[in-house]
Amino acid sequence: MNKNMERLSNGLIKENPTFVLMLGMCPTLAVTTAAMNGLGMGLSTTLVLVFSNLLISLFRKIIPDGVRMPAFIVIVASLVTVVEFLMKAYTPDLAVQLGVYIPLIVVNCIILGRAESYASKNPVVPSIFDGIGMGLGFTLGLTCIGIIREILGAGQIFGVQILSLDWFTPITIFVMAPGAFLVLAFLVAIMNIVREKMDAKGKPLAAPSGCLTGDCAHCGQSAMCTGKKAE
Amino acid sequence: MSDLFHVSSSPHVRSKDTSSRIMLYVVLALLPAAGFGVYNFGYRALVLILVTVATCVASEWAFEKIVHKKSAINDFSAVVTGLLLALNLPATLPWWEAVIGGVFAIVIVKMMFGGLGQNFMNPALGARCFLLIAFAADMTNFVIDEYTGATPLAAMRAGESVNTFDMLIGKTAGTIGETSVIAIVIGAIFLILMGVIDLRIPGTYIITFVLFILLFSGHGFDWNYITAQLCGGGLMLGAFFMATDYVTSPITPKGKLLFGVCLGILTGLFRMFGANAEGVSFAIILSNLFVPMIEKITIPKAFGQVKEGK
Repeated sequence: MNKNMERLSNGLIKENPTFVLMLGMCPTLAVTTAAMNGLGMGLSTTLVLVFSNLLISLFRKIIPDGVRMPAFIVIVASLVTVVEFLMKAYTPDLAVQLGVYIPLIVVNCIILGRAESYASKNPVVPSIFDGIGMGLGFTLGLTCIGIIREILGAGQIFGVQILSLDWFTPITIFVMAPGAFLVLAFLVAIMNIVREKMDAKGKPLAAPSGCLTGDCAHCGQSAMCTGKKAE
Repeated sequence: MSDLFHVSSSPHVRSKDTSSRIMLYVVLALLPAAGFGVYNFGYRALVLILVTVATCVASEWAFEKIVHKKSAINDFSAVVTGLLLALNLPATLPWWEAVIGGVFAIVIVKMMFGGLGQNFMNPALGARCFLLIAFAADMTNFVIDEYTGATPLAAMRAGESVNTFDMLIGKTAGTIGETSVIAIVIGAIFLILMGVIDLRIPGTYIITFVLFILLFSGHGFDWNYITAQLCGGGLMLGAFFMATDYVTSPITPKGKLLFGVCLGILTGLFRMFGANAEGVSFAIILSNLFVPMIEKITIPKAFGQVKEGK
């Protein structure tokens, strides 16, 4: 598997930002009342993430280390502004649904996290694939949560009624805040069970793949890393 | 002869009390309220009680089977949870919603946090609040004598007068077990006599609540209003049977008093200023969350301990 493909699958499964890294929890819990919202939020974050990884990777040798955070924020904020205007122009309904959570993509920790731990240290092409992988992983997570909450809370998927209201009473708590926590907790629990099973079989899902920094103390992923260096 | 010399380290527990014995007493104490509920609301109440008890016991058994834990259904705590949950439901609730409530109470509120003794919130009330938010319409559909009636609390909120004597007996609309104050008090006296609960929590709860409505209800010292507020809704059931749950209430004597005050204030706030006429269940589960902090600040002084001076 070449490095780019490895980055893709890393973001989608091994280090899925929602279920494994637990990053970007605020939009994860707040906007996933319906599958469409989850998908929209995921894709817009993906777009920002890919371009921010691209730009940050391009400028990684120019940006002075001391001011890298403000520099990253400026780049990300510009991209988010572009995405926000695009969404208001072409998908106004979705933009209304997501509301304040679109501008808040700026402070989504997935984007800064990837900028800090990957894009600012790696060449452009793998950074782009890292962005795509992480973004799609985030989209996958949000859409899963959205689908489950929409089915239980309204009997619909992507706005299509699949459970007839003749016999189905929507469990409205699932489209409210407590439902988000419940669904997320269950999905993370299932993910952990799968990981344990794979580890037991000798096919670890989260192998110490591609150590990002070589500096375990500041890696940020040392919780998942099984190949930690002795300190 | 050797029977006389038991050598063991402290604590030397001489009581015969076990979890299952205490839970059995609680079940017995709840029977008057449950019986009156069945008499008041008919066979549907009985079906609902059986369904929730069966669901709770079955889901505890199944969960322990799945996670390979030693089965603990013999301690009757699942029966108590199921019974309490049923007493907190309106008799018209569809049975499958009661099943969801039972599974939620046992699996999510109790077993996920480690089973009996580890849950941070009263399972029955956690499930009741879940159902209240999930199925708001069904959970507030109170029917008595074949017609839909407002609960006494809702009627009072709407400015209507209520018959306190009916509320004492229990011939009013409400959940299965909360209507009859007399039946609940009979059960509570039994528990107090058997030493299962003490009066610290229910006493401070009720006194604080009365003080709160005296001060903030806007009715002043209106005897009818106060007694109706006390007899209406789940206050009595909650104060004697659910606030006193060993697992989710403080164990320190001072902590119990503080817990009761917390409950009284929260219930008063929810009833006077909240969106609903009733707030006992939310008050209890919120106060459950304060319990670790309450216990931390009310650790009693050990015998002989000298206060550390400067």
